Amino acid sequence: MTAATPAQPARTATPAIEAVGVVKSFPGVLANDHVDFDLQPGEIHALLGENGAGKSTLMNIFAGLYRQDEGEIRIEGRSAAFRSPRDAIAAGLGMVHQHFTLVPSQTVSENILLGLDRPRFLLDPHGSEDEIRRLAAQFRLQVDPRAKIWQLSVGEQQRVEILKMLYRGARILIMDEPTAVLAPQEVEELFRTLRAMTTAGRSVVFISHKLKEVIAIADRITVMRRGRVTAAGLPAAGATPVELARLMVGRDLLEVYERTPFAPGEVLLSARDVEADNDRGLPALRGVSLDVRAGEIVGIAAVAGNGQAELAQVITGLRPCRGIVTVGGRRTSNLSPGHAIRQGVAHVPEDRTGEGSAPNLSVADNLIMKRFREAPVSRGWLINGAVARALAESLKDEYAIAAPSLDTPARLLSGGNLQRLILAREIETNPALLVACQPTRGLDVWAIETIHRLLLELRQHGAAILLVSGDLDEILALADRIDVMYEGRIVGSFDARTADLQKIGLLMTGGDGGSEPPTAAVDAGGTLGSS
Amino acid sequence: MTIRLEPRVQPPGWLSAAITFAAVGVALVISGVIIAVVGGDPVRSYIHILNAAFGSIGVLSDTLVKATPLLLTGLACALAFRMRLWNIGAEGQFLLGAWGASAVVLAPILPPGTPGFIVIPTMMLAGAAAGGIWGLIPGVLRARLGVNEIITTLMLNYVALFWVQFWVFGPWSEGGFQQTAAFPPEAFLPRLTDFASSVPAFDGLTVQLGLVFGLVAAGIVWLFLERSRWGYEIRLAGDSQRAARYAGVDIARNVIVVFAISGALAGLAGMSEVSGVVHRLQDRISPGYGFTAIIIAYLARFDPFKVIVASVLFGALILAGREIQPSGVPAMIQGIILFSLIVAEVFVRYRVRIERSVAAA
Repeated sequence: MTAATPAQPARTATPAIEAVGVVKSFPGVLANDHVDFDLQPGEIHALLGENGAGKSTLMNIFAGLYRQDEGEIRIEGRSAAFRSPRDAIAAGLGMVHQHFTLVPSQTVSENILLGLDRPRFLLDPHGSEDEIRRLAAQFRLQVDPRAKIWQLSVGEQQRVEILKMLYRGARILIMDEPTAVLAPQEVEELFRTLRAMTTAGRSVVFISHKLKEVIAIADRITVMRRGRVTAAGLPAAGATPVELARLMVGRDLLEVYERTPFAPGEVLLSARDVEADNDRGLPALRGVSLDVRAGEIVGIAAVAGNGQAELAQVITGLRPCRGIVTVGGRRTSNLSPGHAIRQGVAHVPEDRTGEGSAPNLSVADNLIMKRFREAPVSRGWLINGAVARALAESLKDEYAIAAPSLDTPARLLSGGNLQRLILAREIETNPALLVACQPTRGLDVWAIETIHRLLLELRQHGAAILLVSGDLDEILALADRIDVMYEGRIVGSFDARTADLQKIGLLMTGGDGGSEPPTAAVDAGGTLGSS
Repeated sequence: MTIRLEPRVQPPGWLSAAITFAAVGVALVISGVIIAVVGGDPVRSYIHILNAAFGSIGVLSDTLVKATPLLLTGLACALAFRMRLWNIGAEGQFLLGAWGASAVVLAPILPPGTPGFIVIPTMMLAGAAAGGIWGLIPGVLRARLGVNEIITTLMLNYVALFWVQFWVFGPWSEGGFQQTAAFPPEAFLPRLTDFASSVPAFDGLTVQLGLVFGLVAAGIVWLFLERSRWGYEIRLAGDSQRAARYAGVDIARNVIVVFAISGALAGLAGMSEVSGVVHRLQDRISPGYGFTAIIIAYLARFDPFKVIVASVLFGALILAGREIQPSGVPAMIQGIILFSLIVAEVFVRYRVRIERSVAAA
């Protein structure tokens, strides 16, 4: 393995990586159509595009997961053809995928050492921990090398993935949608890390479809659409979201939705003094009270890990709690998920593939998940196959779920289609309350728009909606009222029309929303280092 | 040159069947090589097996007799495996079922002289109940306390074995032999040969009513799994436990119910064996039916109807294998088949690509 030289000489004319005329086709799709791309040493180059634009394909070619049909890849000026990610990392190119590849029951340092040839037999925990701490300090990746992966937040796990690459001497880092899973605060921390890396002469490819982030972090931006480069290496300074959006989707983005006036009805969801523990047995909710009325969208604004996920689970019957939750006047807390379903609680869970769908069951089976107990889908103890298929067929058409057939396994659907499937199923039950968690995370612009419209339509039909989202823009676009959560408490409640973004941001990160600086009175959860 | 495995996006339906047949074929070739190495003639051996298993109505009937316990225990495993509950305990549940059915005539639960139409259903009930309870124990432990079912079911097999041994060596022993007294004829499941007086062609055919239990059970298990609400819950929980919980499925209850039914099916196999074939309880009543059942469930990919085919195949192997060697080779063939099947699983999920290296690393 080549030794990692932290201090790269000043910028040279030789690009760190370069793609020249890369063509890659899959059956029926031209994923990369003569793509040119270059990454200069010490720069952050953003690759922007919708899902399916060909970004990931290009990066997978760089990383040795795919081989191009035509064209050339050069690493630091030399033509390269990696056969595996192992070859790529040996040449100093590391990729951090959207889905992490960590062993939950092992420690941070064990995960970082995993798969290395050195040390050969005995691990030297202290030596490697020191090295990991040194790298962590240099690149501002705060994480305890002895912590087990399952104890870490998503943001911390991402830091481990980055550390893993740096430990292997990566000089070029490809980050595939790194912010899709992060809360705003964690995004800031990631950006600081990336900047520390470029200062040390390393270079970063930053894949995203979030315009504002790309403008904030990148030096240059390349935009792709349908396998082609529509703008190569634009300087980020001076780029505008409107311009980038046009390059990316080929049309103007709709940011403001038409919505019916806010006319709330009776209180449908009511939570009083709810307390609950998280999976690790630590307090996650410390006395939450909130109401959601018919025809109202209440947005929960919070940085990841402040109890919003547990709140959704308590309401949907998935997590026991103290205190009381009622839906339509009847208690749902501490009963069962089935009980909540019968009371008209629909749920779009954060984990679409692990919880919101059964990946190997068919689209049809997935669409009847909330309906199979009642007539007409069930007839006595049997399921009426014809009725079930007819229901599935009509939902597939109505919600434009693109799937080859009703028998296709759900795991083969793209993220946007899977989310439409889940929403179709939940909305079809005609719910009194919908708990929607991160409904558009990781989806492309068009999918986000359709899902937002579906939520607003449901609101118009008089459902109560609790929207848990890490995306403040989404909450501002949809919610009628915004509740801010911090450390398991609701620390502020705002009318969305007059909400003060600055104040919300401050409350989310533990400030008091006033002029006084925040005092560290609350015991630190360890996820936030407010500075 | 490198060999790469690329995941298949959606394996076509026929592929799985083709690869299963290919795996069995490869297993037979490997076994043939070993037979040749130890000095046998593989072709003659296989022809011999084929003849000994399917060569005449008489041996076909014997094959079906061997297939009957395999069919019921195979269904027991397939049902549990469908929910990804690894019931390795069909052997023990079979033994308990045999014991429970025997208790009806030996304890005795019914007084001697009770007519057959009461004795037989009571034995079926007792056998299924005893096997069901033996399945219930690991089911409850798993559902309530999260105890690994592979370990509990495996260990309970030995408890069941010793339990049966205690009764056949002790209280129920016939004159100190390791077997009980023969059952009275009212406790026999009817065989085809019993009707030879009216249909002469049935003479000597030992196929017994237990086979019908197995075929009916396969139909019922299929109907439940594929068409019922409860089967939908099992399939859902088998694919993703979190998704099932989210959909309002009571996982714990389903684990217990599936284990109880799985145990009851294996228990019914035990009843069918003592009442239809052996006509008494004895030590070593099972040559490992409950373990072979695991292979059968796999071979059938947990599909109840394919379990029927697989159990006939293995029934033939057990019966005819004895013709070449009392043990050893037939068991080896079984083992190699399971091994090939597990390896073949890779080819269902991945496509193999052989590439010539373009650039030297």
